[in-house]
Amino acid sequence: MTDDPVEHHPEDQPALTPLGVPRVETPDPDVIAVGPEMAVAEADVRWTEGDEVIKGRSLWRDAWRRLLKNKLAVFGLVVVILITIASITGPWLIHKTLGFTPDYIPSNDVRLIKSFPPFTGPDGKFSWTHPMGTDNAGRDQFARVLQGGQISLFVGIISTLVSLLIGISYGAIAGYIGGRLDNLMMRLVDVLYSLPYVILIIVLLSMFRSQTPRGQLVLLFVALGAVSWLTMARIVRGQVLSLKNQEFVLAARATGVSTTRIIFRHLVPNTLGPVIVYATLTIPQVMLTEAFLSFLGFGVQAPLSSWGSLAADGAQNIAIYPWQLIFPGVTMALTLFSLNFLGDGLRDALDPQMR
Amino acid sequence: MSSTNRHLLEVNDLRTYFETEDGVVKAVDGISFLLKRGETLGIVGESGSGKSVTNLSIIRLVPNPPGKIVSGEIIFDGQDILLLRPEEVRKIRGCRIAMIFQDPMTSLNPFLKISKQLMEVTQLHLGHSKGQAYEHAIKMLETVGIPDARTRVDNYPHEFSGGMRQRVMIAMALSCKPELLIADEPTTALDVTIQAQILELIKKLKHETGTSVILITHDLGVVAGMTDHLIVMYAGKIFEQAKTTELFARPGNPYTKGLLRSVPDPTAEQGKLYQIPGAPPDVSHLQPGCPFAPRCERAEEICRREFPPFVELTRDHHSLCHFADEVFAASGGNLESTRA
Repeated sequence: MTDDPVEHHPEDQPALTPLGVPRVETPDPDVIAVGPEMAVAEADVRWTEGDEVIKGRSLWRDAWRRLLKNKLAVFGLVVVILITIASITGPWLIHKTLGFTPDYIPSNDVRLIKSFPPFTGPDGKFSWTHPMGTDNAGRDQFARVLQGGQISLFVGIISTLVSLLIGISYGAIAGYIGGRLDNLMMRLVDVLYSLPYVILIIVLLSMFRSQTPRGQLVLLFVALGAVSWLTMARIVRGQVLSLKNQEFVLAARATGVSTTRIIFRHLVPNTLGPVIVYATLTIPQVMLTEAFLSFLGFGVQAPLSSWGSLAADGAQNIAIYPWQLIFPGVTMALTLFSLNFLGDGLRDALDPQMR
Repeated sequence: MSSTNRHLLEVNDLRTYFETEDGVVKAVDGISFLLKRGETLGIVGESGSGKSVTNLSIIRLVPNPPGKIVSGEIIFDGQDILLLRPEEVRKIRGCRIAMIFQDPMTSLNPFLKISKQLMEVTQLHLGHSKGQAYEHAIKMLETVGIPDARTRVDNYPHEFSGGMRQRVMIAMALSCKPELLIADEPTTALDVTIQAQILELIKKLKHETGTSVILITHDLGVVAGMTDHLIVMYAGKIFEQAKTTELFARPGNPYTKGLLRSVPDPTAEQGKLYQIPGAPPDVSHLQPGCPFAPRCERAEEICRREFPPFVELTRDHHSLCHFADEVFAASGGNLESTRA
């Protein structure tokens, strides 16, 4: 976490040199013999570093390079991007090409409704129309998984953003102001931590139960965001505590910068490394919670679907129509894996560099 | 900005105390001095003698809690800074009083481009637009001798060496043409050759802009060529105060004498470097007598019993010592030993 030793030494040592010079004859030739060599070696390292830096410029670009070296993280990144693109464009593309929406029910005749296995048409023969089969009502499973992905990712990202917003502001203010306010704010976090958050969400969701599925969705964002900012606040506070006594903060104050500006322009950017890492790990966590809630029937309501609600539907028919559970389940697991790999990769890429 | 006011800064009986579990630490205890426009004042002393706290007090940046300015006046251009509201102080900071810090490696924000950090000052105080501020930042970098300023301005701090960063800090400090520049050990963290360059730069810019400078250091070699007046601090008190030439030639305080003797002299034959015995006292538990008495070669019974008087030796020369006159007379007759 401290300064790069390569950069630091040349500045520290010369302060001793003027005192050391008159003592050439002291019976310790080793010290003097080693000194210049080390200095040369360090200078070399510095040169090469300098060259790379000129190419790479910002610290972010350095981190990006490190991330690209991590195969698992790149795999995670690619999968996440693919799934995101597929979820966003998929339902629309299917509608354009095959002519049905995710909630299209082919027939009103109850006798004809049947869940087809993957790659099977209504006639029981091979067909590309439903690569993941259909559900109980005959709706295309593939389209529904993609649409569910839209909602799941959306919930994950929005809730994480909400938690970022609350967590960063809260943690940074508590950490920077310090003293009694910090104590008060962090005790509140401790209290909230000790509440079982899933039960809290369930209570929140059932208390404010919305009539429309969309209203329920908004409520879900708020509820998930409201409980997932606690760790973020702690992380940011810890970072700010270690940063606020650094000289650049004093320097900023000495140039007349206001407290708000110091917190949000000088300190918050410096905490972004750990924050980004934690945010990437929060997304899968929130998605999992959402799936869990939807599974219990508290989350996303039909006709909207999420991976959790699809899995819940599928679980009811697992003995007869296993594909109804397998496809949403596997897609979700793949996404969560990828996000976790990506988060781990980001942590490795951003951590050693922290200034 | 009344130019009729002869003194830019007038500090009267400043006391800054820190409340700690160990008791009250009197980091600065009754400091008074004057600074004229265009003058350079040096403050020297060992670590913990209260140099930096004095200067943080001037722009009201003493961390509170635990620090507190207990009493005193800091009159800057006719206004008592201690009576101003926080927003008014903020307008003075960085604009009329600027500061340079000890460690250039940590005093720039590692996540912001140099341009952003330089622009912030002028946008804040001079109301510059983004474009103006950017051009001004480049101009300032050129002023402090950074080659290729136009491309360097968009670099990050880690792409600069220590000396270059200190130049950037100076550029930032001088961006608004401050009337007072406080340099808190600006060269301590730097290479000797870079030290000389930075000091030369401060000297040159001071000359060009007419800024008053307070230079804090523990390096007597640094102040010798830079300052008009000198304050020697010990245990939160001013021990001696005089014109720099006078103080080097005729120190009137045993502590100053000790400091001057402990400067290494490369031309001297090899020998043992003089050092003042003992360590600076714990300022939270000061004995009644002279704080320097336990380490002083000259100390007598009275030094351990009574706090010494602040003796006026000549009009500009004061010393805090029971035997100030004798020490002054002795050093006046023996210039050799002090290496003026």
